[in-house]
Amino acid sequence: MSAEGVNKMRRRLLVAATSIVGAVGTGYALVPFVASMNPSARARAAGAPVEADVSKLEPGALLRVKWRGKPVWVVHRTPEMIAALASNDSKLVDPKSEVDHQPPYCQNPTRSIKPEYLVAIGICTHLGCSPTYRPEFGTEDLGADWKGGFHCPCHGSRFDLAARVFKNVPAPTNLYIPKHTYLNATTILVGEDRGGAA
Amino acid sequence: MSAEKNENASWIDKRFPLTETWKAHLAEYYAPKNLNFWSFFGSLAILTLVIQIVTGIWLAMNYKPDAALAFASVEYIMRDVDWGWLIRYMHSTGASMFFIVIYLHMFRALLWGSYRKPRELLWILGVVIYLAMMATAFFGYLLPWGQMSYWGAQVIVNLFAAVPVVGDDLSVWVRGDYVISDVTLNRFFAFHFLLPFVLAALVFIHIVALHHVGSNNPDGIEIKDGPKGNRWSDKAPADGIPFHPYYTVKDFMGVVVFLALFSWIMFYAPTMGGIFLEAPNFQPANPMLTPPHIAPVWYFTPYYAMLRAVPPLWGSQFPGVVVMFGAILIFFVLPWLDRSPVKSIRYKGPIFKVALAIFAVSFVVLAWLGMQPASDLSTLLSQIFTVLYFAFFLLMPIYSSLDKTKPVPERVTA
Repeated sequence: MSAEGVNKMRRRLLVAATSIVGAVGTGYALVPFVASMNPSARARAAGAPVEADVSKLEPGALLRVKWRGKPVWVVHRTPEMIAALASNDSKLVDPKSEVDHQPPYCQNPTRSIKPEYLVAIGICTHLGCSPTYRPEFGTEDLGADWKGGFHCPCHGSRFDLAARVFKNVPAPTNLYIPKHTYLNATTILVGEDRGGAA
Repeated sequence: MSAEKNENASWIDKRFPLTETWKAHLAEYYAPKNLNFWSFFGSLAILTLVIQIVTGIWLAMNYKPDAALAFASVEYIMRDVDWGWLIRYMHSTGASMFFIVIYLHMFRALLWGSYRKPRELLWILGVVIYLAMMATAFFGYLLPWGQMSYWGAQVIVNLFAAVPVVGDDLSVWVRGDYVISDVTLNRFFAFHFLLPFVLAALVFIHIVALHHVGSNNPDGIEIKDGPKGNRWSDKAPADGIPFHPYYTVKDFMGVVVFLALFSWIMFYAPTMGGIFLEAPNFQPANPMLTPPHIAPVWYFTPYYAMLRAVPPLWGSQFPGVVVMFGAILIFFVLPWLDRSPVKSIRYKGPIFKVALAIFAVSFVVLAWLGMQPASDLSTLLSQIFTVLYFAFFLLMPIYSSLDKTKPVPERVTA
């Protein structure tokens, strides 16, 4: 084959244009493969609110309900537990709940609507384990000044009974408080408040 | 190949380079004559990969990748499928044995300086294989759908959520759901089935690279640079012997011992006291309750201990994730960190020997710490050994050039 009379500019342009169009086409072809790995319509829809009946929840006890596949805790705090919350403030990362991990009506010292009921998503903000409920005061492993709270078995993060994170633990932020509302005195609707669903 | 030679070649050889391949990679591949115990682990790694692929395919014949059925299907394999228990224990024991073999194979490379020029790319390919292996093991551990499967996957997938800005979307994309669910299990099964074949392809490339540069040896001496001519060929390195039959026979010896050990574990201690198969994994996954103590399987625990050792900085756990992945990725640059004029530990000085010993001890101690529940003491120890682990790499350019080395002989020693 003779190389004479070859328009090299045109050849280079054609090769470059073909490559670019091919690359763009390959990019578009990847879209369905990447997008199909996102949550499906069914997974996106499975977020309905759930009800928690706290009428039989003893003071000091914890109830777990499942919402969006995650554990949501409802803790019936005793007066001693509520009174002890303020004493933790100096040891906490975010005692005033300034990080937006709760609905505005729960940005208060007890992080709740009613002080006696804590509603929180039981998933550690570190790497997603579910912390263990440790309501007792002063324990051997958590220290004499432990005022009740949650201890994450995976990486040792600690939270108080308002689900606020202690300093010097792996978890960076307080636990999430889901939107919730009281349907009556002892029934809590988790995942929805008067402003609508979460 | 000359035309005359081609006429004498067999029917197959005219169409496929069978004899040529056999000679180039086995009968006339000249490996150093001084290979010792440490050279077993390359061929044993291939053996374990084959065991894992074969047993894995047989398990897939009865396993159901469905959150409602997975746990029960594993029990079904263990109780009702003829010989199912054996195939399942081969696979679960095989996973741990694979990592033992690979860790020894990698340690061999550190001893012999096998990551040094001209084997940098060979080493890098090996690290890629190691990463692919860890991904395969991680995907596979979710499949029994026990408590440890579930919460282990929860923690590891949440590592991606720590990536700034895109983290949350990334972790949702990996799971295909907002929590670990049936969707996640289904896709992890698909990846767990795919990756071993990718692994096999990578091993093929690894061997192509190895046979191009030639095998290293305990002396770290390049036999290709030495005198030529041995019993079999005038052009072959004088210190080389044909891989087949000399090293095939030697490796078979290794295989026999290895399989004896493998069988002992499989028959008498398949859970290895909760190390190879963790106790909480005998309970079905419960998304509502984390077991009181969770830890990954032993081959991930050194990195897990490092993750736990790093406190959150600037309100994010991302630094811990960076340290953890950094501990693995740092292997990639190892060829350029070692400034010693010699390759093998035999001719390196005392500083390198001490550094390597500290590194090996740190790795083992971190593995142990990663299995322990989180406490103030274990966190402190993890921090100390994480620093020592990284010091081995980061200080290597300094101590390896300061170190007093011994003269390297011209020829390999017997």
